[in-house]
Amino acid sequence: MTRIVAKINGVSIEKDVEDRTSLADFLREQLFLTGTHLGCEHGVCGACSVLLDGAPVRSCVTLAASIDGQDIQTIEGFEEDHEMAVIRECFSEAHGLQCGYCTPGMLITVRDIIRRNRCMNDEQIRAELAGNLCRCTGYMGIVQATKMAYARLRPSEKAA
Amino acid sequence: MLPMMNLRLAAPELLVDISSVPALRTSEERADGLLIGSATTHAMIEDGLIPSVTQGYLEYVAAGIAYRSIRNKGTIGGSLAHADPAADWPSALMALEAKAIVQNASGEQRYSLTDFHTGLMSTVLDDGGILVGIEVPRLSSRAKWVYLKFCQKQGEFSHSTAAIVADPALKLWQVVLGSAADRPVCLKGTAQALAAGLTVTDLETDAFKSILLADLGTVLQGHEDPYEFHLHQTMVQRALKRMLTS
Repeated sequence: MTRIVAKINGVSIEKDVEDRTSLADFLREQLFLTGTHLGCEHGVCGACSVLLDGAPVRSCVTLAASIDGQDIQTIEGFEEDHEMAVIRECFSEAHGLQCGYCTPGMLITVRDIIRRNRCMNDEQIRAELAGNLCRCTGYMGIVQATKMAYARLRPSEKAA
Repeated sequence: MLPMMNLRLAAPELLVDISSVPALRTSEERADGLLIGSATTHAMIEDGLIPSVTQGYLEYVAAGIAYRSIRNKGTIGGSLAHADPAADWPSALMALEAKAIVQNASGEQRYSLTDFHTGLMSTVLDDGGILVGIEVPRLSSRAKWVYLKFCQKQGEFSHSTAAIVADPALKLWQVVLGSAADRPVCLKGTAQALAAGLTVTDLETDAFKSILLADLGTVLQGHEDPYEFHLHQTMVQRALKRMLTS
């Protein structure tokens, strides 16, 4: 067991975790934050993406014991986030989800690529989202929602 | 490391997290190049958070590794030490004639990557050694590089990688093929032809083709199927063509 002190969605926690526990299992099973989904569990599908100190990482290939002293934001932690509110709205309008399993990871990744200005055209959006798999294959709606959100959040940038 | 553990390909008894050791995340710029701390992430290199000394080569390679959420955690040293022949850094850094700096109780040693990688997912690192940094040369403004991967899906491990770095100022001419053998390999005859002034029209000549085929024959030793042989040959030819027409 390792004791960790971390910030999860703005709240400080202090917990004992088994050394072998992944961050994803820790979030879901000990903190009951089940919005983080597990697809492949080896870093390929992107469903389990969370922010670690502000940058997206795969929680299935991150050990809970390694987050000591760090700041984690899961999909539950964006209630007050204006950008995420706009992105959610666009995913709804453009049918950016079907079964919804990949959606938490998609939303976190889309917010990151908008912030890094990596949404200039369909090709770039598709390349940036290549690490998030949608098994419903609803990519047209996801790319459309991303373009829409980028246009609303960064109106000064000229997206194609 | 964690994907390997999740897939039950690795079962370490003890894990030590060195990713946040400040000294391993620091880079040191020198007149002739750069010492990159081994825990520098791919995203840090992609975003230009370390000094740029290779005419954009390292930044380009870093930006093409897997996906951003992998690049935020994955490190240059981790990639080299893992020694997957289909990974980016082993091939890319070999073409740059980078050196691996290994530290253990008896001191520090520098290895060329041909010596550092000893086989499939194997390196010279033993129980007491840590890869602390990677030394890369400063490329001149006359340098040219090409880094080409064959992937069927963006971000997947490459099926064939051709990395070429040519810098007349440093007398550096390297043609490296990755994802072909148990580790990346230098195509020596091809690199010599490049150093001797290969031109784009030479690429179509029988004389050059026989040099490349001889190199590939040495590397692949007849273990490959015809598709793979053709794929590797095509990738090297495309990379050379791109270099010689740029």
